Amino acid sequence: MEDKIREIKVDYLARVEGEGRVYIKIRQGKVERVEVGIFEAPRFFEAFLRGRKYLEVPDITARICGICPLAYVMSSSRALEKILGINVSKEIEHLRRIIYLAEWIESHVLHVAMLHAPDFVGCENVFEMYQRYPGFVKNSLKLKAWGNRVIEVIGGRPVHPVSCRVGGFHRVIRKDELLPLLDNIDELKRRAREFLEFVLKLPMPDVRRDIEYVSLKGEEKYPILRGRIVSNKGLDAAEDEFENIIRVEQAPYSNSLRYKIKDRGTYVTGPIARFNNNYDLLKPEVREVIESHGYRAPLVNTYQSIIARAAEVYHAVLEIEELIREYKEPQYPYVEGEVKAGHGAAITEAPRGMLYHFYELDSEGYVVNANIVPPTSQNLAAMEEDLTHIAPILSEMNYEKAQWLAEQTIRNYDPCISCSVHMVKLIIDKE
Amino acid sequence: MRRLKVAVYKFTSCDGCQLQILNLEEELLELTEKVDFAMFYEARRDNKPGPYDVAFVEGSISTPHQVEWIKRVREESKIVVAIGACATAGGIQALRNWASVEEYKNYVYPKPEWIETLKEAKPISDFIKVDYEIRGCPVNKYQLLYFINQLLIGKSPTLPSDSVCMECKMKGNACVIVTKGIPCLGPVTMAGCGAICPTYGRGCYGCFGPMVDPKPSALAKNLVERGFSKRDILLLFKTFTGWSSAFRKVVEEYGG
Repeated sequence: MEDKIREIKVDYLARVEGEGRVYIKIRQGKVERVEVGIFEAPRFFEAFLRGRKYLEVPDITARICGICPLAYVMSSSRALEKILGINVSKEIEHLRRIIYLAEWIESHVLHVAMLHAPDFVGCENVFEMYQRYPGFVKNSLKLKAWGNRVIEVIGGRPVHPVSCRVGGFHRVIRKDELLPLLDNIDELKRRAREFLEFVLKLPMPDVRRDIEYVSLKGEEKYPILRGRIVSNKGLDAAEDEFENIIRVEQAPYSNSLRYKIKDRGTYVTGPIARFNNNYDLLKPEVREVIESHGYRAPLVNTYQSIIARAAEVYHAVLEIEELIREYKEPQYPYVEGEVKAGHGAAITEAPRGMLYHFYELDSEGYVVNANIVPPTSQNLAAMEEDLTHIAPILSEMNYEKAQWLAEQTIRNYDPCISCSVHMVKLIIDKE
Repeated sequence: MRRLKVAVYKFTSCDGCQLQILNLEEELLELTEKVDFAMFYEARRDNKPGPYDVAFVEGSISTPHQVEWIKRVREESKIVVAIGACATAGGIQALRNWASVEEYKNYVYPKPEWIETLKEAKPISDFIKVDYEIRGCPVNKYQLLYFINQLLIGKSPTLPSDSVCMECKMKGNACVIVTKGIPCLGPVTMAGCGAICPTYGRGCYGCFGPMVDPKPSALAKNLVERGFSKRDILLLFKTFTGWSSAFRKVVEEYGG
C-alpha cells in the first residue's frame, strides 16, 4: 500500500497575539505529530523581576501582554497583598471589578469581531468582514471603544493603564468621573445584545470531545477577581494549591511551557470554562438571549467559545452599569500593608482564563522569586488535542481548507502568545 | 489615488503598540480608504508581499533570527518607523543586558538548551537605519494617527521633543515631586502621553524614554537629596526605557 503522508503547516499564525506556528503530520489517516509551536522570543520576566520592589511588580508584569495588562496587574497585586496582609476595601474591590470587566470587553470584542468571527463566515480579515457585515463590525467597534474608554477613565490609558497599584489605586477615582460613561448606556446594552445575537447565529462546526473545563467559581457574582478553582469533572481547590495540582512540561519545538492537571491530563481554561462552570451567575438577560437561540451551558466544543466570549461582553456591559451606579468613593485610594518577608499566590480570571501569580519577597519588599502561569500556556496541550481530534476531518479536506480549519481551531482559544512566552520559574517534571 | 502600502511587524514585545493601531477602531476603518495594511499578521491571514511604503516595527531585537529578519524589513520598506519602548530603547526585556542570559534561561526553563536567544535585547536602530521613532509604552494611538496623516499629505512627520513636565503644567497639575514628595521622571521624559501618571496621582516612570537633551543625572542627584534611596532611584531609571543611552548613564552611575 502506498504510504500516504499528509503534512499541514501554518508557518505564522495570523489573527492571534504573538508568534506561533502549527505542524500536523497524518500518515494513513492516523495522526503522527501535532505541534503548536511558539516562536515568540523569550523575555524572561520572572528572572528580571528578582530584585525589583513589590510596588513595581504590577506595572512590570502588565508588559507581558498589551491586550490584557489589567489581568497581570490584578493577579500580581492580589498575590502581593496576601504577603503584606492587605485586605482592600469593598469600594476598591468594586472599582477593580469595573476596570477588569472593561478589559474583558475590549479584549473579547477585539477577538470575536476582528480575529475570530471572520473564520466562521469565510473572511480573511476584519477589513473584508467590514465590507460584508458593516453593521456588525461598526457595532463591535463601538463596544470595544466603550470598554477602552472605561479603562481610560479609571486607569489613564487603555493599554498599560497607570492608576492601579498594590493595595488599590494611586488616587481616589471620583464618582463624577465615572457617571458620564453611562451617558449612552441603553444604546450600548442594545449593541451588546445584538453583538451576542450575531454570534449565536454563526454556523458552528459539529465536533464533540470530552474536555475538562477549569475556571474560578464565583460565589455571588460571575468570577473575575477571586474564587476557588473548579471543573466540570469535580476539581475543587484553593488558589494556593494551584502549583500542587498542575504538572509542567516543555516541548523542544516551543518557547512556551505547557500545563496539565496531575494524573488527569489536559484541560481548557478561559471564557468557555467560566461560562460552563458559572452559567447561573450570568445576568438573566444574557441567558435569555442565549436560550432563545437554542444554546445553554454546557457549550460542547471550543468553537463555541466565541459564544461564551460574546455572552461575557453583554454580561460585562450590564454589570459595569450596575457597579457604576452603586459605586461609592473610598475614603483612601489604597491600603498600605506591612512590608515583610513572605510568599503569596493569587489567581484571577484574565480574558483568556486563569492567570496565576506567585511571589516571594524579602524583608524589605524586594522580589526573591516569582512564578507566573498565563492561560494560553495552560491551553496549549488542549489545542494539540483538539487538532488530533479533528485530524480525520483535516485529512479529507483540500489543503487550503485544512490549513484554515487548523488555524481556526487554534483561534478558538484566543491564544495570547506574547503571554504564553512569559518566563516561568520551574517546577521540573521529573517523570 | 494609490493607497499607502503599510506593513506592521512584531519583534520581541507585548503586542500593545500594534494593538494601538486596532484601537483606532472606527478611525481605522476610515483610514483603510487611504492606507492598505498589506502586511499585518495580527489582523489578517492574507498578507501581501513587499515592497512597502512604510513599515511600523514593534519590539526589540533579541534572537539571531530577528537580526536577519529586520534587515529584510529594511530592504523592503521605503520608510521604517520604530514604535514603542521596545523598538526604540530595548524595552523591559533589555534588563537582561545587565545580567547573564544563561542564568536567566536556567531560572526560567527546565531545558534551557532548547531556548535560542541573544545575550542582549536591543532597539531596532542598533541593527538598521530607522527613519522615525515613535515613543511610549505603549505608543499613543493619536500620535500614531497624526503621524500617518502627516505622511498622507506628504509632510515630513514631526514628533514631540519636550518633557512630560510641559504637558503636566499645561494640564494644571500640581507637581508631585514638590507637593507630595513622590519621585517622578517627568522632568527628563519625552512628552506624548498627556502626563497621565501625575494626573492619576503618581510619578512618571519614564515609559516614553528620554526627552531631547535631558539632564537625568541632575534629576537623580536631586531625588537622592530629597531622601530617596539610591537603590530605588536606580530601579526608577532602570525600567521600560532603562537601556536608552541617557537613562543607562544614570543606571551605571548608581551601580548597574
